[in-house]
Amino acid sequence: MFDPNSSFLYAAAGIIVLFVLSQSLFFLYKAWQRAREMGISAGVLKRVVTGSAVFTIAPAIAIILGVITLAKFVGLPLPWLRMSVLGALTYELPAATSTAAILGVSISQGVTDPKVYATIAWVMTLGILSGLIIITLFLKRIQGGIATLKKRDTKWGEIFINAIFMGMISAFLGMIFADVTRGIQGWVPVFVMLISTIVMLVCGFFVKVMKVKWLEDYALPLSMLGAMALAIPITRLSG
Amino acid sequence: MNTLNYSERVHGWGRFWGVSAICMFILYPLSVSIYYGAWPGFSDLFKGLLGVAPIFWTVGAIEAFTFAPMLGSGGSYLGFVTGNLTNLKVPCALNAMEVARVKPGTEEGEVISTIAIAVSSIVTTLIIFFGVILLSQLQPLLESELLAPAFANILPALFGALAVVFISRNWKIALAPLLFMLVLFISMPALASSVSVLVPVGALIALGVARLLYKKGLL
Repeated sequence: MFDPNSSFLYAAAGIIVLFVLSQSLFFLYKAWQRAREMGISAGVLKRVVTGSAVFTIAPAIAIILGVITLAKFVGLPLPWLRMSVLGALTYELPAATSTAAILGVSISQGVTDPKVYATIAWVMTLGILSGLIIITLFLKRIQGGIATLKKRDTKWGEIFINAIFMGMISAFLGMIFADVTRGIQGWVPVFVMLISTIVMLVCGFFVKVMKVKWLEDYALPLSMLGAMALAIPITRLSG
Repeated sequence: MNTLNYSERVHGWGRFWGVSAICMFILYPLSVSIYYGAWPGFSDLFKGLLGVAPIFWTVGAIEAFTFAPMLGSGGSYLGFVTGNLTNLKVPCALNAMEVARVKPGTEEGEVISTIAIAVSSIVTTLIIFFGVILLSQLQPLLESELLAPAFANILPALFGALAVVFISRNWKIALAPLLFMLVLFISMPALASSVSVLVPVGALIALGVARLLYKKGLL
C-alpha cells in the first residue's frame, strides 16, 4: 500500500529543502560580502542577523502548526517541503482540500492512493508558481522601472516605496477589524493589535529616552510575543 | 566592484537560482509520478488547478509587483523561493532596515534586506526541520487549547507593532487607505480571506494620496 511517509518521499523533499537552504546561504554570503565592501560594520550586520533570527522564531513555530494540519492527510514529507519553500498554509490547505474534493476523497484520513497523492502534489506545486516565475523573469525590468523613477525624482521614488508599504499595512490592519460586528470576541484581534502597539511604544521609550540600545533589535519580536501571550487571557475573558 | 556590477550580478544569480528552484519544485511531483507510476488525469489536474490557480496566480503576481520595490533584488529572488512573505519575510526585512537605519530602495537597503531574508529563511527551515523530527513531542503542545489563541492572533500581534513604527512616520499617506480598509472590512467581513488581493487596492489609494500631497508640497 502507498505510504505518504515513505523514505523515498522524505529523500525527495529533503533534497529540495537542502537546495533552498544552500540558496539562502549563498545570498547571505554575497550580501554580507557586499555590505562589508560598502563599509557597513560587522557589528551592524550581526545585529541584523540576531534580530532577524529572533523575530523569525514565533512565525516559524506557527508554520509547524500548518505542517501538522496537512500531515494528517498527506503525510509529513509533502507539508514539510511545501511549508519550507514557497508555500504558506493559506494556500496549501485549500489546494489540498479542493483537489481531494474533486477526486472524491475524504481529508479526514490519510491518502492511500498514489494517484491522489500525485495529483495533490502537482496542484500544490503548479498552483502557486506565478510569483516566482514573474520575479525570475521580470524582476530586472521591475527594478529598472523603480530605478528610473528614483533617478527622475529621488524624493518621489522614496515616497513611492513608502506608499506601497502603507497600502499593504492598511489592508492587514483593516482585516484585523473584520469581525468587530460579531461582538466582544470579534474585538480580540483588535485588542491584541493594540497591546502589540503599546509594547512597541514602551520599547521605543526605553530605547530613545532610557538609552537601552540593545532593546531596539528585539522590540518587534518582543511586542509580537507579548501580544500573542496576552491573546490567551484576552480570549478567555471575552469567551 | 561598483554598484552597477553588484546589481547586475544579483540579477544573474537570482535568475540562475530562480530557474533552478522552479525545476526543483516541479521535480517533487514529477519524481512521485515516475517512482509510483501515478500520473494525474488531465481533467483532475485541470479541475484542481482551476480551484486554486486563478486566485493564487493573481495573488502571486500582486505580491511580485508590491514586494519587489521594498525587498530589493536579492531579497526578492530569495523571498519568492522561500515563501511566507507577508507573515514573515517582508516584516523581517523592513524591521532589519529600520534597525540598521537604511532605506528600502537603496543599495544599503538591498544588502540588509537580503541578509535579513536569508537569515529568516535559514532559521525557518531549521525550525520546521526540528519540528518535523520532534513532531510527536511537540504536537500536543502546539495544538493545545491553551496556546490556540496565541497562534490565531499572530498577524494582529505582528502588524500592531509594525504599524506604530511605520504609520507614525507616514501618517499622511496611510490615513486614506487605512480608513478605506476599515470601512471595507467592517462592512464586508468575508473579505478577510482575500486580504492579499486588497493589498494593491490599498497601495493604489496610498500612491494616489501621496502623489497629490507631494504635488501640493505637503510631504
